[in-house]
Amino acid sequence: MSRLDFEDVTVRYGHHTVLDRVSLTVPEGQIMGLVGESGSGKSTLARAAVGLAPLDGGRILLDGQPVRHRGRRRPIQMVFQDPFSSLDPRMSIGRSIAEALPDRLGRGPRAAEIARLVQLVHLDPDRAADAPSRLSGGQRQRVAIARALAGRPSVVLADEITSALDVSVQGAILNLVREMQRETGLTVLFISHNLAVVRYVATHVAVMAGGRIVEQGPTADVFANPASAYTRELLASIPGPA
Amino acid sequence: MRRHWPQVLRTPVGIVGIALLTILLLLAVLAPLLWGDRATATDTGDILSGPSSQHWAGTDDLGRDIFFRTLVATRLSIVLTLLATALGVGLGLLLGLAPLLLPRRLGRIMVAFLNVLLGFPSLLMVLFLAVILGVSTSSAVLAIGVAIASPFARLVHTLGAGIAERDYVAAARISGVNPVRVIVRHVLPNVAEPLVVNATVTASSVLLAFGGLSFLGIGVQPPQYDWGRLMQDGLGSIYTNPLAALLPGIAFVVTGLAFNLTGEAAAGTFGAKSRSRSRWTSPAAPVTVRPSGSGDEEHARVADVLDVRDLHVSFPGPEGPISPVRGVSLTLRTGEAVGVVGESGSGKSMTALAVAQLLEEPGRVTAERLTFCETDLQAGARSDHDALLGTSLAVVFQDPMSSLNPVMRIGSQLVEAARRHQGLTRQEASDRAVDRLRAVHLADPERRARQHPHEFSGGMRQRTMIAMGLMGTPRLIVADEPTTALDMTVQRQVLDLLQETRRDHGTAILLISHDVSVVSSVCDRVLVMYAGRIVEDLPSADLRTKARHPYTRALIGAVPDMATDLDAPLTTIPGQPVDPRNVPDGCAYAARCPLATERCRQDDPVLVADAIGSVACWHADVALDVRIEEEAR
Repeated sequence: MSRLDFEDVTVRYGHHTVLDRVSLTVPEGQIMGLVGESGSGKSTLARAAVGLAPLDGGRILLDGQPVRHRGRRRPIQMVFQDPFSSLDPRMSIGRSIAEALPDRLGRGPRAAEIARLVQLVHLDPDRAADAPSRLSGGQRQRVAIARALAGRPSVVLADEITSALDVSVQGAILNLVREMQRETGLTVLFISHNLAVVRYVATHVAVMAGGRIVEQGPTADVFANPASAYTRELLASIPGPA
Repeated sequence: MRRHWPQVLRTPVGIVGIALLTILLLLAVLAPLLWGDRATATDTGDILSGPSSQHWAGTDDLGRDIFFRTLVATRLSIVLTLLATALGVGLGLLLGLAPLLLPRRLGRIMVAFLNVLLGFPSLLMVLFLAVILGVSTSSAVLAIGVAIASPFARLVHTLGAGIAERDYVAAARISGVNPVRVIVRHVLPNVAEPLVVNATVTASSVLLAFGGLSFLGIGVQPPQYDWGRLMQDGLGSIYTNPLAALLPGIAFVVTGLAFNLTGEAAAGTFGAKSRSRSRWTSPAAPVTVRPSGSGDEEHARVADVLDVRDLHVSFPGPEGPISPVRGVSLTLRTGEAVGVVGESGSGKSMTALAVAQLLEEPGRVTAERLTFCETDLQAGARSDHDALLGTSLAVVFQDPMSSLNPVMRIGSQLVEAARRHQGLTRQEASDRAVDRLRAVHLADPERRARQHPHEFSGGMRQRTMIAMGLMGTPRLIVADEPTTALDMTVQRQVLDLLQETRRDHGTAILLISHDVSVVSSVCDRVLVMYAGRIVEDLPSADLRTKARHPYTRALIGAVPDMATDLDAPLTTIPGQPVDPRNVPDGCAYAARCPLATERCRQDDPVLVADAIGSVACWHADVALDVRIEEEAR
């Protein structure tokens, strides 16, 4: 269980400022939703936290300590949007998961750990030898979650993990995220453009626009009484029965 | 890759290529052992003679047998070719992968350096290096290796950088796998196929380059000899004994062919795996048209914009036709909006394409009736209906960029369609285009009409597609996932625009979406598709309360909305969608359905109409009760 703090984080690509002095606290042992439209910088914020996007200013702290992006142990893990590009097509899912294990284990303990992780995400452990091509999108996303958990992280970043999935599997993945978080007490930053999904999984929510956080707070409060005009516009855009 | 090589051997080109390569390799190994002596034996009594029964290709200036010399030279020619290729490929791999490992700025400098190297013609580079490094066989190998390294490195880098951007590489980096291992484990295996193909083809140009160097006297030095050397030796007597120069030439051609054909066959096999080669074997549609239901004549009213009965879409497959749409019937009245929802693979997009007459070969559409604006679209040639479809039907796809021509101005694209179908003058059409862009709420339409598609945002492009449809007076808009790629606020604008069009022009709308909430916000009626059939048809307003098909209810329960109970888990649908190649007997949903009984697995339920709508389920009456019980628990 850890708290993740972004302090005045700035990221620029060339002359374009993607993140503009973003400060955000992801509370310990909670799921925080991050909503916003494409280009608002929400994915970049996650990529900055795992070291995939270099910072041009500010810092990212895990329990008050700067996050390290070197070595075998990485306390922050990420699950990506597209389950079809987030697993190496030439590796069995067992090997993909094994790669993320922080410790070198013997053959037996490693197989046992892979089986445990595969079962944790409700897949048949016998499938560990399968190539990703034999799995459906939802199953692949489960494997991606298992891989993220393999590193024994204290924080997991989930970047639009259901938006590439079919509606029928979306529910199962959301159930899994909630269940995982409750069982392990992980801190989760859950990025999504879908407000209803965030409302369902997240206790807290932050709204991003144009590289800044425009509003944050407990999900129920923010959605019931949005303080910013932008949040109100987002809420008004949710399609509902005519 | 392993599973592709046997396929290489199955193509005629591959068989010839590999057979030639095998013969050449055997020659390279055996010829010097068998005929080494005969190739070097001098016979001063018989110099520069023409072909004879003793010397099939004549002799050279020391009376040595040219035929055997050519055979024996195979080893040196091929060994040098392979050495230089291996050197070039190895160097290319190092240079091409290094920018992926180096810090960003250093990597960029390195790529720029590679690009500059590419600017030199490689043969010039070889000559240049051969002169600098001095004249010897090893310096020629080095020179050619270095010369082919730069284009190969460029290819490695381009392919590798593409893979390095994939999420699985990011995931490996985040898990703390060291960068070199990431390259070896994730990047290289995924670029290996094109690289192998390219290396094979490169080998043939190396062969030629080496022969060229030897021919010019800066490659292999006597007393060693390769084909280039032999060619040079034979050139002097080309008028008296043409075979002396031609034979090594033929050896070049055969070897070059062996490498190229093998590479070509490999490229064809590797590249073809994503493409389907299936064709229809018989000209007749192999689809059985089921007998029509009775009592549907009342639907065929004049006001119907679209009337489809028992629509089937099939594609040829290796084991018989595959039918993603299996008997869909639907009618749209003027101004009516009907939504189609379902998982991917349910056949909803195929239905839309078939209705819009946009299904490409080898897809085949058959229907008992397919009438649009009282015109039978199945009668006559497709071109007969162009004018009608061009003016009365508008189609909006998920990705508007692929439906707009990137090099044409927006205005011209709108004008083009209208002039062709409506016979307007250029000025009239142009005025109308600006007017239509204004109608879809684009600000400053005059300026926008002069812009290109890349200057538009996703939402603007989607509105342009609708504007294009509005150039005529569309009776029907078919919209296939029109807002899936758009942001929420933009989605709202596009949906509002569809509603407005429908209200102002009485245009009917067929809206395909995976998102139940999108469909229910626009449409009067929702059709739920599963495995190529409509399983339920009901008013949008009743979707959340009165849906009876277990699939419809599961679809709704699986997606949270702003009123979902936060304490209950979402509905999940176990199992997999039906594979259209293997549709089970009975109800296609039975394997995933909590209510399925033996009857469901044997008999296919038909769509039965009643007061609420239509549903195809044997348990339509109990489904609702069981659900309520489940929720009460």
